[in-house]
Amino acid sequence: MEILNYAFMQRALLAAVLVGITAPAIGIYLVQRRQALMGDGIGHVAMTGVGLGFLLSWSPVWMATIVSIVGAVLMELIRWYGRTRGDIALAMLFYGGMAGGVMFINLAPTGSNANLTSYLFGSLSTVSESDVTAIILLAAFVVLVTLGLRRQLFAVSQDEEFARVTGLPVRALNLLTAITAAVTVTVAMRVVGLLLVSALMVVPVAAAQQLSRSFAATFAIAVAIGVTVTIGGTVTSYYQDVPPGATIVLLTIGTFIALTALATPLARRRARALAAALPSGDPAECAIPASRGTDGKVGV
Amino acid sequence: MTEPVISLRGVHAELGSRPVLRGIDLTVHRGEVVALLGANGSGKSTAVRSVIGQVPVAAGEIELFGTARARFRNWARVGYVPQRTTAAGGVPATITEVVSSGRLSRTRFGLLRKADHAAVRRALELVGMADRAKDSVNALSGGQHQRVLIARALASEPELLIMDEPMAGVDLASQEVLARTLREQVAAGTTVLLVLHELGPLEPLIDRAVVLRDGCVLHDGPPPKAVGQHALPGHDHVHPHAAHDAEPIRTGLLS
Repeated sequence: MEILNYAFMQRALLAAVLVGITAPAIGIYLVQRRQALMGDGIGHVAMTGVGLGFLLSWSPVWMATIVSIVGAVLMELIRWYGRTRGDIALAMLFYGGMAGGVMFINLAPTGSNANLTSYLFGSLSTVSESDVTAIILLAAFVVLVTLGLRRQLFAVSQDEEFARVTGLPVRALNLLTAITAAVTVTVAMRVVGLLLVSALMVVPVAAAQQLSRSFAATFAIAVAIGVTVTIGGTVTSYYQDVPPGATIVLLTIGTFIALTALATPLARRRARALAAALPSGDPAECAIPASRGTDGKVGV
Repeated sequence: MTEPVISLRGVHAELGSRPVLRGIDLTVHRGEVVALLGANGSGKSTAVRSVIGQVPVAAGEIELFGTARARFRNWARVGYVPQRTTAAGGVPATITEVVSSGRLSRTRFGLLRKADHAAVRRALELVGMADRAKDSVNALSGGQHQRVLIARALASEPELLIMDEPMAGVDLASQEVLARTLREQVAAGTTVLLVLHELGPLEPLIDRAVVLRDGCVLHDGPPPKAVGQHALPGHDHVHPHAAHDAEPIRTGLLS
């Protein structure tokens, strides 16, 4: 494989694989909590971090990590306290973050909107040694949290009220989820870009759901899809000279469509098998209910 | 009298700025089965949600097993069954995965050991869902889903069960399973506090009924007997509640 002979491609592939693992790993909890677009919001806020990094001549990756963690924690706090105007507060946070990024980068002596573009849409071939170090460290954190605390995060994301009664530190776990999502955004920033990162968090999970019935299987399939599309997109961009971030996202959506088409007959067969397995007293077809008291639905 | 498991004294709570509980006193003793009754908006759900700490208390005291609720940590002793609508995730999950969440209060760092898996299995058998253990919860009927939520509460082998409208939207077959499960738990000494819209098939199990109206205790004593057509077997108690804010409950004895 000549592609592996270039150091920049080695770095690019390593970064891509780590994003393929981490983005769906945290994304599954966001989807479970029905906060699928949280990654997108954090991506907007992270732009301020990138701008600040240029302005202060500090690593944009680490600066973006700090600012997006602050943004994610703010979002979580708004969810707790700002019941009525929560969406307005979030909108201000998102667009404030984006405007801040553009402003800071133009104030910076070395920065211009051209620099910003590589963070908005990814710039895989310019991933540096220090970027790779940062990405490995951050990805290790994300994997540790999403796998190590999977039962706790599952319980909190499935039913927050119940989780509280099992004595889980619900608020701490919610904050940890937000922080991990923020870290993942900055891991993915150089690969797919801030504006596309949410796609890698959400779409592999949605695609995996077409095939799975359990959370564990959804997790494994989503990560497998994530790794496949990030490698596939990176290799394609090398040979075809297309932008890797966009290629990866389009491949992910393509996978979703293909799996959905594949899964529809599978789901039908499963439903038939289930109907056949039902005890004979429980008819699969509609029947006149024996007495009042059923809620009008017929269990199939 | 035996030691109180739940004790509420002068509890006030507000949702938004509307007072929902206006000085509730409620004591549940060990081994008792207490039903919390009342019309929609009477505060019965808010009362149990204040017990588990989901609704902040504006004034008054709540104790669980003799410990102030704010300092209570031994949540493995409490099994909670929320109203069914609160428990739906955006990702498929199997029945076992959902019920295993209920065991977390007995584990260290969320690691399930052999005994924990056995407890989850037992809880599923109690509600008659063991054969569906690997099925997705999304494929279940309302009644089956409710049975799963009760199994989740039973997975920690609790001494106290708190249930919010366990019979709402549950088909007759599942109602019977639920009543049987509850009967077995009560026979084993479990204390139960449950919010009910009407007594229904659980009536023979209930030692005491507490009726709320407008955030105040209206009645605390033996469960009211159903009369008239409400007492007929299989009677499905349906009437519009939204029309009148303070519609009296129709359990017969009080209205």
